Amino acid sequence: MIGALARTPAALRNFGNSQLATLIGILIAAFGIVLTIQHVLQHDASFFFQILTIGIADGAIYALIALGYTMVYGIIELINFAHGDVFTLGAFISLALFPVFGIAEGASGFSYVLPLLAVGLITMALCAVVNVAIERVAYRPLRHAPRLAPLITAIGMSSILEGAMYLWKGPFNLHYPDLLPLTRLNIGAVSIGVKDLIVLTLAIVLVVAFTLFINLSKLGKAMRATAQDRDAAQLMGIDINRTIAATFFIGAVLAGAGGITYGLYINSVAFDLGFITGLIAFTAAVFGGIGNIPGAAIGGLLIGMVRAFSDSYFDSSWTEIVIFGILIATLVFRPTGLLGMRVPEK
Amino acid sequence: MKRLREYVSENSRNPNVIAYAAMAIAALTFPGIAQFATGGNADYLVSLAADGGVFVLLAIGLNVVVGFAGLLDLGYAAFFAIGSYTYGMLASQQLISSPIHHALHVPFWIALFLGMFIAASAGALLGAPTLRLRGDYLAIVTLGFGEIVPRFFRNMKDWTSGVNGISALDVPTLPFWITGPWANTQLAIEQNFRFVTFNVTAWYVLIVILVVASVLGVNNLYGSRLGRAWMAVREDETAAAAMGVNTVNTKLLAFAIGASFSGFAGAFYGAKLSLVSPDSFGFIVSITILSMVVLGGMGNIPGAMIGALLLYWVLYKFLPDAPLQASSLAHNLGLDSLNTVTPNWPGIAEFVSRLKFIIFGLILVSIMLLRPQGLLPSRLRSAELKRGVHDEPVTMVT
Repeated sequence: MIGALARTPAALRNFGNSQLATLIGILIAAFGIVLTIQHVLQHDASFFFQILTIGIADGAIYALIALGYTMVYGIIELINFAHGDVFTLGAFISLALFPVFGIAEGASGFSYVLPLLAVGLITMALCAVVNVAIERVAYRPLRHAPRLAPLITAIGMSSILEGAMYLWKGPFNLHYPDLLPLTRLNIGAVSIGVKDLIVLTLAIVLVVAFTLFINLSKLGKAMRATAQDRDAAQLMGIDINRTIAATFFIGAVLAGAGGITYGLYINSVAFDLGFITGLIAFTAAVFGGIGNIPGAAIGGLLIGMVRAFSDSYFDSSWTEIVIFGILIATLVFRPTGLLGMRVPEK
Repeated sequence: MKRLREYVSENSRNPNVIAYAAMAIAALTFPGIAQFATGGNADYLVSLAADGGVFVLLAIGLNVVVGFAGLLDLGYAAFFAIGSYTYGMLASQQLISSPIHHALHVPFWIALFLGMFIAASAGALLGAPTLRLRGDYLAIVTLGFGEIVPRFFRNMKDWTSGVNGISALDVPTLPFWITGPWANTQLAIEQNFRFVTFNVTAWYVLIVILVVASVLGVNNLYGSRLGRAWMAVREDETAAAAMGVNTVNTKLLAFAIGASFSGFAGAFYGAKLSLVSPDSFGFIVSITILSMVVLGGMGNIPGAMIGALLLYWVLYKFLPDAPLQASSLAHNLGLDSLNTVTPNWPGIAEFVSRLKFIIFGLILVSIMLLRPQGLLPSRLRSAELKRGVHDEPVTMVT
């Protein structure tokens, strides 16, 4: 195959895998880091740690969403555009469930932990059901159709979900109850919000549980096998449809949890929130190496930090340009992502 | 006459020929029929049709990239934005307030090609390092590019006026122009004609001419050596390379030519609207154009055109009109209670207008489920689809 491609300029063809590309990529990253450090040094240290915790908490939410993208892409090579909207759906469903469980603005204390947990579980289950239904209706019938067909239905499904939430709650920003404690822990000069810690802990618990599930359970093994080679997996007796449905189920559980976490952390949601959040989480998945689960988690954290630093030390109107610039640079200089093991050319 | 009759009898069952003929007749008669049907108040409809022509141009261009060469482009609107902004900056007072303090007034006919050229260069620049990536990686790169470009134009406030956009763009001029009853006036020849905004028929004629020229050009490309190379690369890149096709150059050309159509359409769009704003080029525009191509039938020029017209009608005429229609329908059926606004019911008009996302999504999903190959698929491709190997879709963008 390499011989057959001999007519294309070798330098261009192998650019992404060459040491030169790695070098240029490292130089660009180093430039960004030096620039950031220079700006960081102009402010005091406590501000830096405040931004850092915001970035990590934000990044933990992106990581939860990115896992769903990376799993679905890994298994059926589809950019599931509806995933970001499943995340928003999680926020919306939990918002509607709070009154049912007697949770209102200002509720605090440990008596609310159990109802909150119940809301969380119901939300995650409902999101998972919706996502599995989307897969069943819009993606499964097109598994042998031209590659672009499921992409278009994914966009259609995203539009339908956004439309349903628009119909449900209208076009405005909705207030999400502020339930997490606002106290801050002071360790020396560093002040860390308890809220940030809770979000981070929640994300870590979910990601670790999920990684263990993928690596240790039988279903997780089936998922990995299906992602590697669907036909061979089928020959080994794996029920492909069930495995893919399970992937969508688990992806949506994480996205639903992300939706609640986002609501509790940011306290404001809107029906079209999932669009840009989904794109950024997808960037995180690509940055970490698409199809790679720890990669998605680390990519999410890094993108969250990039976002927080760019917002507060530079100009927030350039943040999304920086993030999508990282997306392009990743694919140009290191197409496999930070931790990528999958080769882009199959 | 005899040859014409033979041509008709030979091609009377060829869907492409029928589609071209139907579109040509519709394009020629539309302004007249619209003026007649509305009693001379058809300016809005004709203007809408001229804007629809822009989307037809965009669909033809994206069809080259996605349909012919099999490269998935999710940021096509970026090149549209580049074309529009090129025209906006080169043909208005805009650059006076920019750091160079000197306005440029490049004539429309030259700026049209400048927009095309600059968009093509941007396409080549983006494509050169990324086209060696296969499949979805390219799609992701274009997605990122499509998100960056409008934000970049919005942030470069000194040059582009930021969110306000560039307004009062120059209009094209011609030495003379013929007007007549189709534009609701007397038959006359106008000297030193200017394409003013309210003269919608002139814009309509111009876009029809541009679309016809583009169809002829792309059709020739399709049959050329380059067109065959595109299809070879689309079907199997390795085999194409083995046959001596320079795959990188072939893909780069498809990408740049596709981008040039977008730049071309962008310059026209900016001139007609006389406004270029960063909000008109979001991801949703890229997605809309892609949906047009896929719905119409990838790889088939009349298919992409019909997809563009249909989806344009749904998005810009059917859905905006639907609330009023629903409201008057409810009134005519004696269901006036549906029109009263209560705290729990926003009124049928508002309700239908809130349904627009769902309707758009349902259209996309249902057409894809019922006809994944598109409304008017390429005959060559549908033959491949029927006989092709099932676990390796022929349109797979690998």
